[in-house]
Amino acid sequence: MATNPSGSAAKALALFLKDLKSELRTRYAINAIAMFAVVTVFAVSWAIKGTGLSADLQASLLWIVIYFSSLSGLAQSFIKEEESRTAAALRLYASSEVVLLGKLLFNLVLLFGLNLITIPLFAIFINFDVVNFPLFFTVLIIGSLGLAVVTTFVAAIISKASVKGALFAVLSFPLILPLLVMAIAGTKKSLTEGLSFAAARMEIQVLIAYLIVMAVLSFMLFDAVWND
Amino acid sequence: MNLSLTLDGLAKEYPGRPVFSDISARVKSGERLVISGPNGSGKSTLVKILCAFIRPTSGNFILEINESRLTHIDLRAHIGLVSPDMVLYDELTALENLAFFSGVSGRNFEPAAVENLISDVGLGGRGGDFVGSYSSGMKQRLKYCLALLQKPELLILDEPTANLDERGKGMVEKIIGSHEGIVIIATNEKSELEFGDQSIRLGS
Repeated sequence: MATNPSGSAAKALALFLKDLKSELRTRYAINAIAMFAVVTVFAVSWAIKGTGLSADLQASLLWIVIYFSSLSGLAQSFIKEEESRTAAALRLYASSEVVLLGKLLFNLVLLFGLNLITIPLFAIFINFDVVNFPLFFTVLIIGSLGLAVVTTFVAAIISKASVKGALFAVLSFPLILPLLVMAIAGTKKSLTEGLSFAAARMEIQVLIAYLIVMAVLSFMLFDAVWND
Repeated sequence: MNLSLTLDGLAKEYPGRPVFSDISARVKSGERLVISGPNGSGKSTLVKILCAFIRPTSGNFILEINESRLTHIDLRAHIGLVSPDMVLYDELTALENLAFFSGVSGRNFEPAAVENLISDVGLGGRGGDFVGSYSSGMKQRLKYCLALLQKPELLILDEPTANLDERGKGMVEKIIGSHEGIVIIATNEKSELEFGDQSIRLGS
């Protein structure tokens, strides 16, 4: 049997490219995520009717939109494999670490795509005014990484269940709550005049620690979740 | 290649419902093992156990390749599977499916060899079509293409001629007859029972 010298990264890239190709052809997750983000931002914009929101509220709204939009789309990568019954072939041909890496990469791209839609909409319709850009993007990137890791892992757990949507929200919310609290606090500081990057050191440290813990746990537990 | 598959006292039980118990057999290179039995007797369950999709309640199975002894998930890399439970991606073309499964398992994908294999299973000229546009018989033929692509030591066929026409059934007979490794066939078709050098009858 001929075997390429390529490692897990190349195999995960093959899975990512397959998911990307499938997604661009079926729009299974993109439409759900984009619609949720656009509708939510317009609803909030309509409700506040141009009045300025505090940094607290702006930061909270941003992460609520990112969280709920990701809930509506990021679980699809695993759910689709189970519902279309392609998971058996994937289990047979790909190792669990390759599946986790590939799906995580795909969800990361979806999430950063969501951010690319959401943030300009916030800037235009919610008068979202970032003061400290390096801090804002640091919190956004680390927070999105953590969100993608947790939602990918929880999606794998719930993909075999019968009430997937409800279970996904119920399981993911307590896991993501610490991330949301820190991401909102960090984002708020990036929207506040006169605060330096160092002012959000604690939030960034917690976000990084959270990301590392969740990534390690996901890689330790995923084999049992995927194969049992 | 010195190849043997040993099933040692395999049993499967769901809560309150035993499916089968004490399944044992030893199959060597070039031999075919037929698993038969009525609906619900556990043929597909046994296939899933051998592919490590589910665990047996008790017992074990080991594939020996020369000096290596493989079981459960380690065995997957040596399996070619054709089963109603294994579905390929409708939104990809046949060639894209084959390239993907080669890539994700880290094997070489040689387009010329794949084109030949696609022709051999009767899909010549249709490799660029979306699998979603295939008939159920064509999808079954593509599963054979995928199963044979990696030249597996262990070929597992669950309902091997499902959805196939007479020519397709002839193709399956030829594949089973020419495979150099071990072939396991789970079937209810009387004509397919003849393929086996050994047989296991479930539910009796």
